[in-house]
Amino acid sequence: MQRGSGGVADRTFAALMLGCALSIFAIVALILGILILRSRLSLHEFGFSFFLRSDWDPVRGSFGAVPFIWGTLASAFLALLIAVPLALGVAVFINEMCPRALRTPISFLTELLAAIPSVVYGLWAIFVLVPIMRRSVGPFLKKFFGWTGLFHGPNFGIGLLTASMILAIMVLPVISSIARDVIKAVPNTQREGVLALGATRWEMVRIGVLRNARIGIVGAVILGLGRALGETMAVTMVIGNHAAIPKSLFAPAYTLASVIANEFTEATGDLYLSALIEIGLALFLVTIVVNAIARLLVFMVTRGNTARAV
Amino acid sequence: MVRGVRSVVPILLSCALLNGCKSSQQTGAPAADPGILTINGAGASFPNPIYSKWFAEYGRLHPNVRINYQPIGSGGGIRQVSLGIVDFGASDDPMTDAQLQQSSHPLLHIPTVLGAVVPVYNLPGISAEIRFSPEALAGIYLGTITFWDDQKIVADNPGVKFPHEEILPVYRSDGSGTTFIFTDYLTKVSPVWAKQVGNSTSVKWPVGIGQKGNEGVAGMVREAPYAFGYVELVYALQNHMTFGLVRNGAGQWIKASPAAVTAAAEAQADTIPADFRVSLANAGGTASYPICSFTWLLVPQQSADATKGRQLHDFLLWMLSEGEQEAAAMGYAPLPRPVAERLKNTVASIR
Repeated sequence: MQRGSGGVADRTFAALMLGCALSIFAIVALILGILILRSRLSLHEFGFSFFLRSDWDPVRGSFGAVPFIWGTLASAFLALLIAVPLALGVAVFINEMCPRALRTPISFLTELLAAIPSVVYGLWAIFVLVPIMRRSVGPFLKKFFGWTGLFHGPNFGIGLLTASMILAIMVLPVISSIARDVIKAVPNTQREGVLALGATRWEMVRIGVLRNARIGIVGAVILGLGRALGETMAVTMVIGNHAAIPKSLFAPAYTLASVIANEFTEATGDLYLSALIEIGLALFLVTIVVNAIARLLVFMVTRGNTARAV
Repeated sequence: MVRGVRSVVPILLSCALLNGCKSSQQTGAPAADPGILTINGAGASFPNPIYSKWFAEYGRLHPNVRINYQPIGSGGGIRQVSLGIVDFGASDDPMTDAQLQQSSHPLLHIPTVLGAVVPVYNLPGISAEIRFSPEALAGIYLGTITFWDDQKIVADNPGVKFPHEEILPVYRSDGSGTTFIFTDYLTKVSPVWAKQVGNSTSVKWPVGIGQKGNEGVAGMVREAPYAFGYVELVYALQNHMTFGLVRNGAGQWIKASPAAVTAAAEAQADTIPADFRVSLANAGGTASYPICSFTWLLVPQQSADATKGRQLHDFLLWMLSEGEQEAAAMGYAPLPRPVAERLKNTVASIR
């Protein structure tokens, strides 16, 4: 069966691959280790309360991560709220009802969106999106949805909502291109079966396609969420960078990634620097927790799936 | 067996090649610059344009010396020079006593030029230059003045019809010397500000939105009607921005210019301490522009490498005599003559 001896090559290859896999653990451990090591001053000073305090005052050396954690989560989830329906719509349209001539241009353009650098998105947001938010969208929301209490306060076009919108545009291609591939992988027999039962096209998409593709779609959303949580440049340019928990969607906010990018270079004083590194640690933990929750969600969805199949 | 050997050979070969490259690089590096002394500095980004010009010019005059400067920010500059990673640092914000004590070697503060901060605003339909009293400036950023037609603004600008619109205060979100100069001024003129906020390269702003860099603040003010912000004088001059007048300590309304900023330092020349760590905010003198500050080079009293110390000493003397003359043309305020004279004695002590 064995011609010659592939043993050495096989073992070398296996060891090499194992090394590659282990390097992931090593990288994560190194990042975590350095973050904890370099933030020990702040960890010692504030303890766990760092993650519960909402004060960020470099002058008085009082630091807490709450406004940043809040801003990061709020902007990322709002972005998903806007992007997921849109991305699914794009994916379903491309697969189920798109004329052949349109399919390639739409796919190509969605992927092009993913390739645009975030600073370009940020600039576009400042010069196009912000004025639109200030002049049209903001006043419209205030007039018709003011009763929700989400849109009170002055609207300057900069703030949480604008940041979420730019984030939504940035995660849209990630979610829609994966969702498109997942939907494409749903066997045609499923569609034909549902249609044969007399379903409308919408029912076919809902029952035959989306239900079968939901695990993959959740995976796509998780990837999008990852991008939204860590995005720095474009968000910094439009979120308003104000370290307070926003009381309205028009109010400025601040994210974990933005405050590091903004304040790291000029931070004087060891405690200040240490607190900024602990913000990095907070971002790391937020990402892990959010991803863990998302995995749990996938697990629950998968379990539901097999149960129904049986 | 043959296969195994074949697959291993390229790996070994590439290792050998890599090693070869490495060792040839190692041997090649020192031979590249014989006799050229490289001095490395890092720090504040605000004076970077003039520092780059000075260092390039000095390099042309002295081909045996090359001064590299990295504008990594004041905080980084202080850290790196304190640890001896770079040969000199630069900062917009004088080091504290604690920072000086932590440094691995004694450091001198050498003021180089002066920077100023000016108020910028976007008032559609109003072309007059607006006057801002210290109380108005503090009030806008404290959130006690929220509308443009507030009495504190209107009273100083007779004849200007202010709209009843909300002010959007814009500040620098990135830590910066500009913010330090501005908050240092507010701390001096407003007791409430001093108590509530204080001065630093980043502070806890009571109200407003943050934008990155002078260009971020200026861009936001230009884009958003009724916005108010502060930018560096150099930036405002280079971009031909309209900026407001500020009332100085002597009660005069002053429009910022390099001359008015130098005047502020001159008015305080006698009271500047021996180590030059001083805040010039709200200086006396009728011609002084009040929102300004020195920016400093942080030079070791005694460099680890004596030749480098010697060269730094020579460069600083050249800067005081020749370099200063180029400052005003670039929008930086040069040191007033009495300060420059005093500084020569300090520079003479550098080893």
